[in-house]
Amino acid sequence: MWRFMGGRFSRSTRCMSSSSRAFGWWEHVSPAPKDPITGVTEAFLADTNPNKINLGVGAYRDDEGKPVVLQCVRNAEAKIAACEFLESNAAAVGSKLVEESVKLAYGTHAHVVKERRVTGLQALSGTGACRLFAELQRRFYPGSPIYLPNPTWSNHHNIWRDAQVPERGFRYYNPITKGLDFAALMDDVKNAPDGSFFLFHPCAHNPTGVDPTEEQWREISYQFKVKNHFPFFDMAYQGVASGDLDMDAQAIRIFLEDGHLIGCAQSFTKNMGLYEHRVGCLSVLCADVKQAVAVKSQLQQIARSMYSNPPVHGILLVSTILNDPQTKALWVKEVKVIMFTLISFLHVPFLFSSFWSREILIFL
Amino acid sequence: MASAMLSLASACPSASLSAHENLKVKLKPGSASLSFNKEKSNLFINTKSSGRISMVAVVNASRFEGVTMAPPDPILGVSEAFKADTHESKLNLGVGAYRTEELQPYVLNVVKKAENLMVERGENKEYLPIEGLAAFNKVTAELLFGADNPVIKQQRVATVQGLSGTGSLRLAAALIERYFPGAKVLISSPTWGNHKNIFNDARVPWSEYRYYDPKTVGLDFEGMLADIKAAPEGSFVLLHGCAHNPTGIDPTPEQWEKIADVIQEKNHIAFFDVAYQGFASGSLDGDAASVRLFAARGMEILVAQSYSKNLGLYAERIGAINVVCSSADAAARVKSQLKRLARPMYSNPPIHGARIVANVVGDPSLFNEWKAEMEMMAGRIKNVRQKLYDYLSAKDKSGKDWSFILKQIGMFSFTGLNKTQTENMTNKWRVYMTKDGRISLAGLSLAKCEYLADAIVDSFHNVS
Repeated sequence: MWRFMGGRFSRSTRCMSSSSRAFGWWEHVSPAPKDPITGVTEAFLADTNPNKINLGVGAYRDDEGKPVVLQCVRNAEAKIAACEFLESNAAAVGSKLVEESVKLAYGTHAHVVKERRVTGLQALSGTGACRLFAELQRRFYPGSPIYLPNPTWSNHHNIWRDAQVPERGFRYYNPITKGLDFAALMDDVKNAPDGSFFLFHPCAHNPTGVDPTEEQWREISYQFKVKNHFPFFDMAYQGVASGDLDMDAQAIRIFLEDGHLIGCAQSFTKNMGLYEHRVGCLSVLCADVKQAVAVKSQLQQIARSMYSNPPVHGILLVSTILNDPQTKALWVKEVKVIMFTLISFLHVPFLFSSFWSREILIFL
Repeated sequence: MASAMLSLASACPSASLSAHENLKVKLKPGSASLSFNKEKSNLFINTKSSGRISMVAVVNASRFEGVTMAPPDPILGVSEAFKADTHESKLNLGVGAYRTEELQPYVLNVVKKAENLMVERGENKEYLPIEGLAAFNKVTAELLFGADNPVIKQQRVATVQGLSGTGSLRLAAALIERYFPGAKVLISSPTWGNHKNIFNDARVPWSEYRYYDPKTVGLDFEGMLADIKAAPEGSFVLLHGCAHNPTGIDPTPEQWEKIADVIQEKNHIAFFDVAYQGFASGSLDGDAASVRLFAARGMEILVAQSYSKNLGLYAERIGAINVVCSSADAAARVKSQLKRLARPMYSNPPIHGARIVANVVGDPSLFNEWKAEMEMMAGRIKNVRQKLYDYLSAKDKSGKDWSFILKQIGMFSFTGLNKTQTENMTNKWRVYMTKDGRISLAGLSLAKCEYLADAIVDSFHNVS
C-alpha cells in the first residue's frame, strides 16, 4: 500500500514477510520509453527476418554490413597488448590524450594551445564530454539555459535535462529547402539574451548533415561577439565529414581566430571506430593558465562523482595512434576511406525527409 | 579583471589601445566574481564596430572567471604528495590499490590470459547496449548472489553494467533521486570519501549513522542500530558488504541479522556497496554472505559492485548496479529506467573490462585460477597484518592492545591515529596515509612492517 508522504512515496504497512509481500518498492516505476536511436538497434536485433537492415545507429559498417575495425586500431591494440599497463600510469596517459585531442581540434600550432589556456579532461566519448560541460554550466551558471539547434542529436536533450539545465531551441533546418535556415538562425542568435550558451555541430550536423558555409560561420561568429554568447562545439565527426581533419574543424578555428573562449566536446567513436571504448575529450578555453587550472579541478570533481576516472583501454589506443607518426598517418588515410565509402552510398549528404519517421535517421 | 586586460593585450597588441578604452568603459572591476551572472553584459567587451579587424582585436573575458580551485581529493591527493617526496624510506599507504611484496602494481595472470584471448579473437568494437555487455551482466549477478539463487532464477534482479563502483553508485543515486524524491541515504561514519560526493552531485540528501567506535577501535553496534531506527521510514541504508572502507571493521553474522531486522522494521531499503568481494576473506562466496542474507529474507535491495580491486581492473572501470525487486516485472521496469539514466551520462559503458570479467568468470579454468590468485592476494594482506601486529606488540611497551589490526578485514586498517599523529607519520616518517588514520595494508610489504611499527608507536605515544 503506497502513500505519498512529505514529498515521497513510502509504505504505510509495517514489515511484511517475504511471502505475503504483494507490492514492492518499485511499483511506481513505469517502463522507460525506448531510446529513439538505440531502440532501433534493439528492435533490429529482435527481428528474425533475414532481410532486415539496420539504418538506425550512426555506426560505420562495411559493404557486408559488418562493423569495421580500422587497421590503425588493430596496430595499436597489438602494441599495447604486449606491455603491462597499470593503474599507476593512468593519469599520465590521460593527460597526453587531452594534449593530443586539443591539438586535433584547435590546431597543432594554435597559440591558445601553446599558452596553455585550454584545459581538458578525458571523457566518456561525446556523451560524457557534453555531460561534463552541462554539469559545469549548471554549477557556475545555475539557471542559464542551453540553446540547441532544431533538430539535434536526441541525446543532447537528455544530457542537459538530466544535468538540470533548461533548454531552448534555435532554428536550424529548413524542411522545405532541405537546407540551413540561416536567416532564422541569425534571428534567434540575435534575439537570445546576451551571454547565452549555444551548442553547435562544427561539421556533419547530426541528424541533418546540413552545415553552415565558411562565410556563414564567420557571420555567426561575428554576431556571437556582439551578443557575447558562449559557443559550445560538439564535434563527433572530425575527419569523416570531409575526409580532412583540419577542414572539419574549420568552424572552431574561425571562432578561435575571432577570439572567442569556447568549449568543445570531442569523440573518437566515429573517426576511430572506437564505439565501445568510450573515448572523448572535453576542453574549455580559458582566459589564462590560472583559470584553466581552476576549471580543470572542477571538471575532475564532477567526473569523480560520476565515475571517478575514465576507462584506460580506449585512452591507450587513441594515445598510441595519435602519438606514433606512422600509425597516425595510417589513421589520417583510413579516415578518408570511411568518408569516401559513406559518400558513395548516397548521392545526397543526408536523408531527412517526411518519408522517414523521426526515429530512423541516417547520418552521413 | 586584470587577467582579462592582460589577455587582451597579448591577443592583439596593435589594437590594444582601442580595446583598452572599451574595457574602461564597460567593465566594473571588482564585481566580477560576486555578481557574475547578472552583470554578464557589462563584464564582456561589447564591440559594436562593424569591421572585422577591430573585432579580432578583442578577446572576451572568460565565462569562468568565477570558478574557484576545487580542493584536492583527500585520497588521491595522498598519492600525489607521495610521488613528490624524494626520501628513500617513503611508504605509500594511501590509496587502496593492491601492491606485491615488492610494492609493485599487480596485473593478475588471469587478466593477462583473458586479454590475450580477446586479442586473438579480434573482436569488433561496436557500441554495447546501454545496459552493458550481456555476458558480463549475467556472470556478475551470479557471482554476487550465487547462480542458483532464487532472485536470479526468478529474474528479479535488474543488473546494469556501470563504471566501476563509483559509476554504479551514481546510477543508483540518480534512481533514488528520481523515484524517491526527498528520501535520505544513511551512510556510515566514517565511510569512503567519495560516497558523499556522489550523493551530493546526484542531489540525494544523506545523514550519518554511528559506526566506528574510537574507544574500542571497533564497531559501535548499538549506536548504529539506534541511528538506523531513528531515521525516517523508507530511508536507504548504505552498507559495506564486506571489508568496510576505511575501518576494516565488519559486523558479525549475528549482527547482520539484527541490522536486517531493524531495516525491515523501519521499511528502509538496504543499499550495499560491494567493492571487495573475494578480497576480504579470500572467499568470493564468503564475502557475499551479508548480501545473500538480506536477499534470502525476500528483501528488496540495491547492490553496487566493483572489479577494481579483486580483478585489479582499476583503470578499466568495471562494475555493476543490481536492484533486487519483488517481481520480474518490476526488475524489468527498473532496468529500463537505469538505462534512461545512463544514456545522458555516457550513452553506453566501455567494453574492455566487461569482456575481461565475462571471460574470467565465464571460463571454469580461468575462474579457478582467479580464485587462487585472490586467495594469494588476500593471504598476503593477512600475513602483513600478522607481522605488523607482532612488531607493534613487541615494540610498544605500554601494553596497548593492538589486536584490532588482526580483527579488521580487507585492505585497510583504521589505526586510531588522529590528524596530528597522522601528520607526524608523514612529516617525520614519510609514511603517506589519509588524515582519518587509515592505512592501506595493500601498500605494505613484510619487509617494511618493522619500520611502520616504529612509526606508529612513535606517533601514538609521542605526539598528541
